[in-house]
Amino acid sequence: MSETNWLKRLWRGGGEPEMPPTPPPEPELPPPAEPDVPPPEPGPAAPPPPDEAPIEPTPDEMPPPARATAPLQAQAPAPAAGGWFQRLRQGLSRSSTALTSNITGIFTKRRLDDDTLEELEDALVMADLGVETAGRMVKRIAKGRYGKEVTEVEVRVALADEIQAILEPVALAMPERRERRPQVVLVAGVNGVGKTTTIGKLAKQQMGAGRRVLLAACDTFRAAAVEQLQVWGERNGCPVMRAKAGADPAGLAYDAFERARREGFDLLLVDTAGRLHNKQALMDELAKIVRVLKKIDPQAPHDVLLVLDATTGQNTIVQVETFKDLVDVSGLVVTKLDGTAKGGVVVALAERFRLPVHAVGVGETIDDLRPFEARAFARGLLGLDAAA
Amino acid sequence: MFESLTQRLGGVFDRLKKRGALSEGDVAEAAREIRVALLEADVALPVVREFVARVKERAVGREVVRSVTPGQMVVKIVHDQLVELLGEAAELRLGSPPAVILMTGLQGSGKTTTTGKLAKRLKDREKRRVLVASLDVQRPAAQRQLEVLAGQVGVDSLPIVLGQPPLQIARRALDAARREGFDVLILDTAGRLHVADDLMDELKQVRDLAKPQETLLVADALTGQDAVNVARQFAERIGITGIVLTRMDGDGRGGAALSMRHVTGQPIKFVGTGEKLAALEPFHPERMAGRILDMGDVVSLVEQAAETVDRDEAERLAKRMQKGVFDLADMQKQLRQVTKMGGLGGILGMLPGVGKLKQQLGEAGIDERVVGRQCAIIDSMTPKERRDPGLLHASRKKRVAAGSGTTVQDVNRLLKQHRQMADMMKKMKKAGGPKNFLARALPPGMMPRP
Repeated sequence: MSETNWLKRLWRGGGEPEMPPTPPPEPELPPPAEPDVPPPEPGPAAPPPPDEAPIEPTPDEMPPPARATAPLQAQAPAPAAGGWFQRLRQGLSRSSTALTSNITGIFTKRRLDDDTLEELEDALVMADLGVETAGRMVKRIAKGRYGKEVTEVEVRVALADEIQAILEPVALAMPERRERRPQVVLVAGVNGVGKTTTIGKLAKQQMGAGRRVLLAACDTFRAAAVEQLQVWGERNGCPVMRAKAGADPAGLAYDAFERARREGFDLLLVDTAGRLHNKQALMDELAKIVRVLKKIDPQAPHDVLLVLDATTGQNTIVQVETFKDLVDVSGLVVTKLDGTAKGGVVVALAERFRLPVHAVGVGETIDDLRPFEARAFARGLLGLDAAA
Repeated sequence: MFESLTQRLGGVFDRLKKRGALSEGDVAEAAREIRVALLEADVALPVVREFVARVKERAVGREVVRSVTPGQMVVKIVHDQLVELLGEAAELRLGSPPAVILMTGLQGSGKTTTTGKLAKRLKDREKRRVLVASLDVQRPAAQRQLEVLAGQVGVDSLPIVLGQPPLQIARRALDAARREGFDVLILDTAGRLHVADDLMDELKQVRDLAKPQETLLVADALTGQDAVNVARQFAERIGITGIVLTRMDGDGRGGAALSMRHVTGQPIKFVGTGEKLAALEPFHPERMAGRILDMGDVVSLVEQAAETVDRDEAERLAKRMQKGVFDLADMQKQLRQVTKMGGLGGILGMLPGVGKLKQQLGEAGIDERVVGRQCAIIDSMTPKERRDPGLLHASRKKRVAAGSGTTVQDVNRLLKQHRQMADMMKKMKKAGGPKNFLARALPPGMMPRP
């Protein structure tokens, strides 16, 4: 089926900028919200009126209010033409301006000496690569070039190539496990990194690929977190399993899994409360969710996504380490790359943990979750054209 | 880091002792160590550069060279300089009612939660009548979130009118605050990127309309190098009067505090220290400096101990211990205390230089749940057994194990620990009472077995 093909490509993040030649045909439409979905609460949980919907830089990209009957993907193609890469560049160009101007300043054809290298290292440190990684990168660059006359572009390209080589092996889309019905994906992370938003976007992409998606609102702690996911569910037209505030999230996860099985959903996305990795009790709670899911299927959760905030500094490394030890994280999503934060810590993470980076978040709208591409990221980070 | 910075600097200054003079290279090397330490704590590079230059100036002075331990002397200079630059704690300046507080920041920095905490603080401690209103029409259910929080802390929130743009909500909130005689109006806003021009303009309009007495930048203490950009943009475009650092309960080193303070020149007014709504504290520069240098936070530990430990109970316990009496019921009380203070990890995290020790504990398989399990074992005993552990013979142990969901081995292990602790109490009695808090908080049995 051609349309699953391009969607698959979109999801798996092929190389070239890609957008669907044709919108998906009607029959493959995601089902409208299940009849047994708890009715949305009056008030905030109701479909957002036009001006309550996210204000975006490009208003024509705005997803229609919830329960759109048009194919969900149909709204994306036109504005997103030019592909995700454009968007990523847009975001990253902001990120990289500082870095770029730094390096540009350094290299207008001069000899590669210690001072130059230190300045270069500083530029990488400012991109959040961390002192250690930045130092190592610069040493690699220096090899064979030290003392020679080099141009600015030469060094930038070399640096981008180094970064790309590190990132390439981890630029992997989240596996689509068609053999699992449902594929259970647990989404975790510290507070405020963008877990719920990521799930909202992820659900849309997966539904666009023709999969039936169920969301489980297991953040029963934060005020109105459930309502937040509920709104995403309505925007996407997929059901949301919810429990009372303060209910046991593990119990809800179990129920959601059972229901997803019973009703033949393809994908269950489990949203969890934000938790700092150094809070043992909260981490235990997360472990319990995993434990309980395993009671239904020892393989579950099939994927554990850790959502990371690009603005976070070196603490990201500890976050990944701790979550990985506890719940066997299978992949990362890096959000908020549309700001000036450079997300350079991803390079350090790739070197250290070799965990796949499944996607990056480059904006607030439903289509702003993009596949992670090593080349584009590395080049974008250094202000180079991806084609160069 | 404190330890390692001292050690690293120690290496540099050991050479100094041998040669008797400080070479330029030594100074540069010391400066580089400080630089790395600060960068690893996420202090932004431009700030680090300035900072190191200042420290260098002071450190090259004679006091360091003559000092017996020049390494530690430099660390002290670094620490003092940090404290100085982090600035004094500052209270909110709230003028004539209704005083408006505008909350701003990036997405996910914790604005809404902080709004709730601030409202609670103003209501409880200063007896102000507080109205909160959310102008966040971006994130789904954000307004609802604030409404729920307001309900939890017992302050009024502006009724939600769906579909109203932020400026209109602000107008409505101001009217309501004036009309109904509120002392303080806190306006929560949508998270926005400091480079999103349209949203920053919207915020400016809100500011011009509401004329806030305080415009607070809410920022994540875990922020990396980007902290300077964020803080500078918000300060330049909106004009902030203070900073609130959230997620100080994380294990980040919080270098962003220095970065933000430095580029904005505005004081850090509060720090968020937990998910509970009471977890908002005034800023303490010394503690922050200690944290950035990983010197631990002993003051917080003591304060927390004072807060969670029931004083009468503690005194009673201390008296018993002085007599050398320590039964299982006493042990249970201690275990509960440890749990209340955030478990072993929580206590250790606040001690200086235990970053590594903590890791070793983890590697040694020390499980926080052990404490809970031990409590359960004692819970499953009769009061008589708790007073006299000697009663516990095979069949009683079996019963206790079954009752607590553990094994007889677990019960034996606990009894052995208790015996060790009781022996220690007896020894302490001879030595003249418990020496320090930790000896009590951390019974030896709970330390990793070699």
